[in-house]
This record gives sequence, C-alpha cells and structure tokens, in this order.
Amino acid sequence: MENRIVIEAEELTKKYGVQIAVNQLNLKVKEGEVFGFLGPNGAGKTTTLLMFLGLTEPTSGRIKILGFDPTREPFRIKEKVGFLPENVGFYEDMDARQNLRYIARLNRIPDRVSERRIEEWLELVGLSKEGGKKVGTYSKGMRQRLGIAEVMIKEPKIIFLDEPTIGLDPDGTNWMLDLIHSLSREKKITTFLSSHLLDQVQRICDRVGIMIKGNLVASGPIEELAKKKLGVDAKDYTLEEIYMTYFKEA
Amino acid sequence: MHGIITIIRKEMEDHFSSTRFLLISALIVMVGVIITSMVGMAIQEELKGMAKPTLVFLLLFTATGKLFSFVQFIGFFGPLIGIFLGFDSINRERVSRTLTKLLSQPIYRDSVINGKFFSGVIVIAIVLVAIVLLISGLGIRLIGVVPGVEEVWRLIIYILISLLYISFWLGIAILFSVIFRSTATSALASLALWIFFSFFVGLGAGVLADALAPISQSQTYVDPGIIIKHEKIQRIVSLFSPMTLYSEATNTLLDPMRKTTRGLILMGPLERLSISRFQNPLPLEESILIVIPHLLSIVAITFLCFGICYLIFMRQEIRTI
Repeated sequence: MENRIVIEAEELTKKYGVQIAVNQLNLKVKEGEVFGFLGPNGAGKTTTLLMFLGLTEPTSGRIKILGFDPTREPFRIKEKVGFLPENVGFYEDMDARQNLRYIARLNRIPDRVSERRIEEWLELVGLSKEGGKKVGTYSKGMRQRLGIAEVMIKEPKIIFLDEPTIGLDPDGTNWMLDLIHSLSREKKITTFLSSHLLDQVQRICDRVGIMIKGNLVASGPIEELAKKKLGVDAKDYTLEEIYMTYFKEA
Repeated sequence: MHGIITIIRKEMEDHFSSTRFLLISALIVMVGVIITSMVGMAIQEELKGMAKPTLVFLLLFTATGKLFSFVQFIGFFGPLIGIFLGFDSINRERVSRTLTKLLSQPIYRDSVINGKFFSGVIVIAIVLVAIVLLISGLGIRLIGVVPGVEEVWRLIIYILISLLYISFWLGIAILFSVIFRSTATSALASLALWIFFSFFVGLGAGVLADALAPISQSQTYVDPGIIIKHEKIQRIVSLFSPMTLYSEATNTLLDPMRKTTRGLILMGPLERLSISRFQNPLPLEESILIVIPHLLSIVAITFLCFGICYLIFMRQEIRTI
C-alpha cells in the first residue's frame, strides 16, 4: 500500500525584506517516514519548520500538512503536530509534571487521560524520578528528554524536531536517535528533523533534503544521492561526503 | 475559549506564587492598615460625644490623616501593582523560549495576550476587594459605624474605577513587554511612564500655564481673566495624566459633598452658590453623572492601550520572537 503524503510544500518562498530565507522549496514527505532536513546554520531550516506549523506566513507558495493549509487552518495542524524547537524552553518554576500538564490542558486533553500519559512518557524518557523537581534544576539532557515527552503528550501524527540532538552528550544523542527511530517504526509517527550533524541523520533517516542558502539542492534516499554524486560503485560513502559535494557546488 | 481559561489559570497560579506579588500585597495591606488606623482613631477622637454625620464611613478612604488618604495612596501607588503584574508577561516567555512552544499548541494567538491581561485583571480585582474589605472591617471596629447601602454602592463603584485604572497600567506594562525584548527595559519603561505621569505632567501643566498665561507676582492687580485662563490651561494639561482622571473621579465619588471635579477658581457663580447654600450630600447618581467624562476617558485609554498591545503582538513575526 502506498503511504499517503502528509507534508507537502510547493514553490514555498519566504522573504524577510529583500533577504530570501527560503526559495521555491518543493518537498514531499510520506506517512511514517523519517525525513532529515540538512543544511548549515542560517540555511532556512527553522523558517521552513515555522511555516509548516503556521507560525510564520509564507511569502508565496503552498503548503499542505495532513491535508490542511497552515496559514488558513493552523489550529487543525497544531492539534495533530508536535514541534520541538531548538533549545526548547520550559517554565522554570514549575516541575516537569506541571509543565506537561499545562501543555496537555492547552491541547484539551482531559486531566484523567493526561495524568496517565504524563506518567507513561516520564517513564519512557527516564524522568519519572525527577518529575517532581523544578525544571530550572534540569540539565540540558534532561530538558531535551522532557521536550520529547512534551511533544508526545498530545499523541501527534507528525513531529517536527529542530536540532533535537544539539548540545547532548554521546549517550544522550544515542538515546534520542533510538527513541526517534522506534517512534517512527512502532507508532508510525512521521518525523521531520532538521540537523547539521550528518552522521546522526544518516543513522536514522529514510530520506534527506539538503538545504543551502534557502535552496533545497537535493532530496531523496541517502543511497540515491550517493549514487548521483559519488558514482555508482561508491560503497563506504558517508552522508558527509555527499553533503560536502553539494556544499562546494553551491 | 478553552485555551484562554487554561492560560488564565496558569498565569494566576504564577502571580499568586510569586514573591513579587507577595511583597506588593504585603506593602498595600500594611499601608492600608496604617492609614485606616490613623484616620479611624482621628475620626473617633473628633466625633466623641457628637451625633455621627452622614456618610462618615467613606471618610476612612478619603480623609488624609497625617500622611495621605487611602484613595491618594492607590492613585499614586496602584499603577505599580499593574506594572509589577505585567511588565515581563510576554518577554519573559521569550527569554525562557517558551513562547514558540506555547504558540505551537492548538490555541489562538490572541488567547495568549488576552489570558495574560485578564489573569492580571482578576488578580488586581481580588487584591482591591480584599484591601477594601480589610479597611472596612477595621474601620467598623474603630469608628463603630456600619456603612449604609449608599456607602457600599459608592465603595463598589470605587473598586470598579480602581480596577480600570490599574488595568490601564497593566495594559501599558504588557505593551512594553511585547515591544521590548529585555524584561529590565520593559520594567524601566513602565516605571518611567509612571513617574512621568505622576510628577511631570503636573509640573508641566504649571509651566505651560505660566508660559501661556503669565501671572506676574509684582503686580498688585491681576486680571481675573488671566487667572482663569491660567487655571484652565493647567487643568486641561493635567487631565492628560490618568492619575488626575482617577483621583478626581474617585474623590468626587467617595466624597458626596464634592459637587464638581473643578477647582474653586473655575466654578461658575451658580455652582459656588449651590455649594455655599446647599450643604447636603449629592445622591449617588449625581456623583456618577459628574465623573462620567472621567470614567469614559479611563475606559478609553485602557482599551486603547490594550488594543495597541494586541495588534502589535498579533502582527509580530514568530522568528523575531
């Protein structure tokens, strides 16, 4: 069965004044896929994510997320899509449970349902012991784990993760990558993650898109891009090599 | 609707558990109690063995005692409550990077700003009702007079006006928290505006009146026309300050013997006649009629301020947030 397309962008453009942040982006992501959105800092990755969520209006072009247009019906998308911003913030004076409960309430999840989910997810991200501590005392790794729990509390269909592993120690990074991998396999959650840490992306992503200076210069499965750029018989390719060839061209 | 209620609940929890709120309410309670006891004892002393005059209860709020009256205190100090509750409401969420997350939840964007504003208004209302009840309770014990129906109504209206007035300052503070990235800047900007309105508008009114209609000290005879012009200019300029609006409105409302918001010089001959001949308190409706222009102005500036704040917040690019 062909998986349906859940994220679709057509000729998507965003300008800030004269500066073009995203230039005529065309992109399709299927249900259940893990899509890696790569590119150097300032390439327009976060801007694209914000447009997908309806938090920023595109200058021109068309977006469909789960069949909805984010500029017209942001509400419908925000109900079904989880977003983990880069360096996610929390209410420092509240503990982890209170933070999660607030987000659950904003998503209109009844308290008795959310209480169960909160405990489940705290357990899953390994924070059930620290759930009563104020988030202000949390380490970077714990915050990122809490961030994942917070995204998952509304049981989204798609998750957008903006640099989810940045600033994490190797242990934390592995944990995060494994979690993303299992979420997409077991729960069929479409994952769209932006990153510039290529080896990590290579480990978990089905397909990647490479964004440089606002232009999507390549997209497809990693093997395909390798064949195209490094030659048919390339075996021990790394995503980094592919990326660098694109980067030099641009 | 659901989102806004959740936000109001959370914001109120934040307010009530903050040290800032604790400090400011402790200060208000303290000052309120001190003023009331001083005024209450003075009234008790002076009325010993006399028949209690009508509406003596309201004197608890308007009599100045040794320092200042409670109404003056709220007029001057009330803005600080609004500023303290609002100055970091939006930019704190920016600094802690929670705003993007908050806005990516299924709530309307205006729920955030409305929720913040209304939670502040509710907290202010609770503080005001509590302090007025406290003063009333203390006053009843001190002067042994129970307020009549009319006095209660006047106090209720007084609370409503004070609520509007402090909400105006809350609106100003939230506006600055939307405009300025840093919480320190927005706090300072709100405080600067507060100082400007409480001191400099009054001073400026005097200076401007002196410039436009100078009254020379050396001359023995001064043209009454000039004096009136001087007074008029001064009054018009000072009305630009919400403090003036508020204190004139509340003073008139809580003191039924006041029949106009104007000073003695600007009264017409009939007004003066009425004041000297008829020394009866005004009925409540008449008092309200007198201050309606003031009330409308306070309502207008509150809404204007919140409206601007709302518009700016709704139009801001998330990226810059």
